[in-house]
Amino acid sequence: MRSEARRNLRNGLLFASPWLLNLGLFIAYPIAASFYYSLCSYDALRAPHWVGLENYRTLLTDDPLFWRALGNTLYIVALGLPLNLAVSLGIALLMNQKLKGMAFYRTIFYLPSITPMVATSILWLWLLNPEMGLVNGLLEKVGVQGPGWLASPDWSKPALILMGLWGAGGSMVIYLAGLQDVPAQLYEAASLDGAGKLAQFRHVTLPMLSPVILFNLIMGLIAGFQYFTQVWVISGAIGNKALGGPQDSTLVYALYLFSAAFLDFRMGYACAMAWILFLVTLACALLIFRSSARWVYYGGDTR
Amino acid sequence: MDRHSRWTRSRSSFIFHLSSWLRHLVLIFLGAFFFLPFYWLVSTALKSDAEVFAVPPVWIPKELRWHNFVDAVSYVPFFLYLKNTLVICMLSVAGTLVSSSMVAYSFARIRWAGRDLLFFLLVATMMLPGQVTMIPVFAVFRALGWVDTIYPLVVPHWLGTAFFVFMLRQFFMTIPLELSDSARIDGCSEWDIYRRVVLPLSRPALATVGLFAFINAWNDFGGPLLYLNDERKATLSLGLQQFVSQHDAEWSLLMAASALMTLPIVLIFFFAQRTFIQGITLTGIKG
Repeated sequence: MRSEARRNLRNGLLFASPWLLNLGLFIAYPIAASFYYSLCSYDALRAPHWVGLENYRTLLTDDPLFWRALGNTLYIVALGLPLNLAVSLGIALLMNQKLKGMAFYRTIFYLPSITPMVATSILWLWLLNPEMGLVNGLLEKVGVQGPGWLASPDWSKPALILMGLWGAGGSMVIYLAGLQDVPAQLYEAASLDGAGKLAQFRHVTLPMLSPVILFNLIMGLIAGFQYFTQVWVISGAIGNKALGGPQDSTLVYALYLFSAAFLDFRMGYACAMAWILFLVTLACALLIFRSSARWVYYGGDTR
Repeated sequence: MDRHSRWTRSRSSFIFHLSSWLRHLVLIFLGAFFFLPFYWLVSTALKSDAEVFAVPPVWIPKELRWHNFVDAVSYVPFFLYLKNTLVICMLSVAGTLVSSSMVAYSFARIRWAGRDLLFFLLVATMMLPGQVTMIPVFAVFRALGWVDTIYPLVVPHWLGTAFFVFMLRQFFMTIPLELSDSARIDGCSEWDIYRRVVLPLSRPALATVGLFAFINAWNDFGGPLLYLNDERKATLSLGLQQFVSQHDAEWSLLMAASALMTLPIVLIFFFAQRTFIQGITLTGIKG
């Protein structure tokens, strides 16, 4: 028995060894180093030079761009994420019954979410072109003067959220998988008890789907706080040479962090930003998890 | 049943019993919103400049200018970028399949002290923003002289990717343990069980993981941006992004290049649709 436990430990560690290496090299050491750098002035050429909490102090009290970047990211997450989850849930519900052409619809809705982000960003840059873009062209047809979208400081973030909605198919397919797992008997029992379709949605579908909603919410939150590629591509594009432009309206957190680290070589400063990002993400995730006790239902015997 | 609740019921069934055609109508309308950008991508790619800039927009180009695609791939070293991207994709997929399946095997099929704690750590790392580790990892790769090589983009995939380990573990746990036990009685080592029992039974899950790993590598932008400075080593993502900043307002060429980069993903999806959909149920949200 003893020897079996020992053999299992040896085999277990051997099979897990790639990830144990990963954990040490790419997670544990970098976490420690990043925390140390965040307390240093570090330009990646000379050795880090200890400055204590100076980076954090500057960020929190002396850097308006930091707050701007945090605000931009929170804007996109707070507005874009709920909208995204609602739209994808709506589409999933529409598709959930046995429907002719299901595979066709699924393809249409899902494809944008796996389209390369760089291509997506360039495409939307063109669709949302204020003068010649399709979106404003269509708006004009119905008598609406379209906004400047990505060229306007007021409309650039709504434009990014609209772009994000196009990718809602990713969470839609996850909802769909969850919906198809709701046992049909629950609906039968509910309708025997006199529940209408609306009540069934409220008291059967939503509770049964709540773990999936939680999953999509947390994944969306983590991805949302790291929002980067789209704004980088848009920033680099035609007539928009300023990073995070226009007027810093798309300077999201990860973009500011990246530019601090790799354009200005203020790596210590960027590490401090990364830690603040981590704490903000963690705080939001913990809030959601704590509230989830009240709204997430785990079927007692289904696991 | 009182009148009020009957009224509520007929009202709610009105809302939710959208007859099938109404449901289709809504889906077609929404589908149009999702499909239109793709249509515009391809149609712009086939237009002449006059049609690209025409107001109101031209829906169907009069003459399909396939030549735009030829121009797009000769403006940038497209085939070089394609080759660079494919090399990274293949090595990443191979690494992911080998390493993530091994690690998942350890977490799913071997009972060892400390396993559950480490698995918890693995799941926790998925919550860690990449920005936290990005700078020290960059410093390490630079110290190794790996900047401007594909190693930083490939090597980490050979050390297990948390998300894929998680997915494969979920799948491996559904394979009856009795199969391992009887193989063990037949004198199989743990490695034999992994290679000859578990892996062959997990082909669908491995296909899904391979597919997702390929798409991740194909679409990756942050990694190449950070590590590939030499233009001749760029991937398609990176090359396309540079194309945007260099070619002012040549929309038909930009759309042609973007379409070319998207095409493989679309094709893969069409041919492997079932693998994709299976994968989504595998993400393990059902616990």
